[in-house]
Amino acid sequence: MPEKFLMKGNEALAEAAIRAGCRYFFGYPITPQNEIPEYMAKHLPEVGGVYVQAESEVAAINMVYGAAGAGARVMTSSSSPGISLKQEGISYLAGAELPCVIVNMVRGGPGLGGIQPAQSDYFQVTRGGGHGDYRLIVLGPDSVQEIVDITFLSFELADKYRIPVLILGDGLLGQMMEPVEFPDISVEKPAKPWATTGMKDRPQNIIKSLHLDPLELERHNLKLQKKYSEISDNEQRMELFMCEDADLFIVAYGTTARIAKSVVVRAREEGIAAGLIRPISLWPFPNKAFEKIIDRAKVFLTLEMSCGQMIEDVKLTVNGRVPVVFYGRTGGIVPKFRDVLEKLRQLDRSDWHG
Amino acid sequence: MGKLVFKRPESLQKTPTHYCPGCSHGIIHRLVAEVIDELGVREKTIGIAPVGCAVFAYNYFNCDMQEAAHGRGPAVATGVKRVLPRATVFTYQGDGDLASIGLAEVIHAAMRGEKITVIFVNNAIYGMTGGQMAPTTLVNQKTTTTPTGRLEEYFGKPLKIAEMLSTVETPSYIARVSVFTPKEILRAKKAVKKAFETQEKGLGFSLVEFLAACPTNWNLPPVEALKWIEKNMVPYYPLGEFKVPEKF
Ligand SMILES: Cc1ncc(C[n+]2csc(CCOP(=O)(O)OP(=O)(O)O)c2C)c(N)n1
Ligand code: SF4
Repeated sequence: MPEKFLMKGNEALAEAAIRAGCRYFFGYPITPQNEIPEYMAKHLPEVGGVYVQAESEVAAINMVYGAAGAGARVMTSSSSPGISLKQEGISYLAGAELPCVIVNMVRGGPGLGGIQPAQSDYFQVTRGGGHGDYRLIVLGPDSVQEIVDITFLSFELADKYRIPVLILGDGLLGQMMEPVEFPDISVEKPAKPWATTGMKDRPQNIIKSLHLDPLELERHNLKLQKKYSEISDNEQRMELFMCEDADLFIVAYGTTARIAKSVVVRAREEGIAAGLIRPISLWPFPNKAFEKIIDRAKVFLTLEMSCGQMIEDVKLTVNGRVPVVFYGRTGGIVPKFRDVLEKLRQLDRSDWHG
Repeated sequence: MGKLVFKRPESLQKTPTHYCPGCSHGIIHRLVAEVIDELGVREKTIGIAPVGCAVFAYNYFNCDMQEAAHGRGPAVATGVKRVLPRATVFTYQGDGDLASIGLAEVIHAAMRGEKITVIFVNNAIYGMTGGQMAPTTLVNQKTTTTPTGRLEEYFGKPLKIAEMLSTVETPSYIARVSVFTPKEILRAKKAVKKAFETQEKGLGFSLVEFLAACPTNWNLPPVEALKWIEKNMVPYYPLGEFKVPEKF
């Protein structure tokens, strides 16, 4: 039997990264993710890895660029204001097609905002975040075990597609303690013949995002788009919770999905045919899942810790076929079980189509 | 047959240059390439190109290259060097790149004692964007954003990077050189060599600041531009070694 550990989300993420072969971490302190760099500072040297505390998030992400370009498995983590600063580097990483893992333990914004959990960076992360036509793979776990599994997956996907992968959590997921087990797998690191490791016995390798010739840049962008549509075809991930015979669907990810699950269970006891669609990949948004249930859906309720961001993707997916309504709290407030349940009761009407 | 005394260093590619006539970037590339050749480290060298006129450095240097975001060269180099501690890693940066937008990155790389070599090209102006004021623009020097000359009361006095970085306590090699006469070019090469040797010996961070000409944006013919360096830049930016690691 694999060993179980009781761990905080942030620490479990860091441990999973090390087990997934990450040997380089560049960070800058910010609440609520400090356990990740602290864990890395303590444990990376034990496995011959390197932790560097950078002078800023800008520097940290550019160190990630250098390390990824040199062929390493590398990670950085931060929280909202720090992720904003990293956007320059993230755009360059996307342009140069460098694999890396970036963690955003989201806190309330805008500006310095607060330090309590939020989901208000959804727009930023699912639309690329920095300048240019690009996407990141964005994964949003809802438990400590899933943080572990997604961390392994993130390094794998980053290398497979040569793309930055962003793990989207929040202070609650990062701080909460749950039992976890680590998959007993041998990590395969693919060869990276494109990396800048010194040009012995091969032609020069260049890592860059500059294409001054517009035709060349268009070609590069179309190549990126092709990769993104391949990812969209192959890497959609979601959980359908009690959806089999449901007609009233909550759509929620991460922390709010945890609340949604208990609300759905209670609603079922009350005879409401509720279900939860839980996107795990936020980009690509798991729109295929909706097609399976859309014919019997009478309404979708998106539940978010923001003023309503993922609701736009739900609306794009549903495309006017079914009403989509929003419930959320913002500023670092976690929606309450009874408020969500009450909202669901109100939505359980029969006149949605009439 | 005469003896071949002047040939292209192996560390330079056979690419025609895009630099303006009389620009110092070309000669500085050549010095760096010669030193890489002489130390025999080309096959383990990773260069970091800046954003600035030297952005295409990756087309000129015949070694692996990464292009960094504006000013982030020392952070990118840190990432490379930490992954490949035995590699030879250098950044090549202009004065807008290093002394303005990338000031934090270079100071902190020096503080950490990153074993990288920084080639810092101070031409007192933003070349690539068309001649705007740099933090290194001299007082009263005309640029497109200081049309009547840099006014001290508005913009202060130029930054002295070599001096500033020599105050960092972590051991390092810091020198300022120029290219306005063949003699200065020879001196410059010695400094570049010492800088790379500092890295090879694992002694710490190294930076060579070049006082360089941008005839195009200074509105001067190439020969006059070299004289302008000697007459106007050298008095404010003294040449020499500012810091040498004790064990060198
Ligand atoms: C973030 C960002 N800001 C501004 C620019 C525009 N830009 C390109 S090169 C440059 C300055 C170049 O000057 P310098 O570093 O002195 O190098 P030189 O061209 O003189 O060699 C600037 C501001 C940019 N590319 N990126
Ligand atoms: S603009 Fe100035 S720095 Fe740029 S290539 Fe021309 S002379 Fe050199």
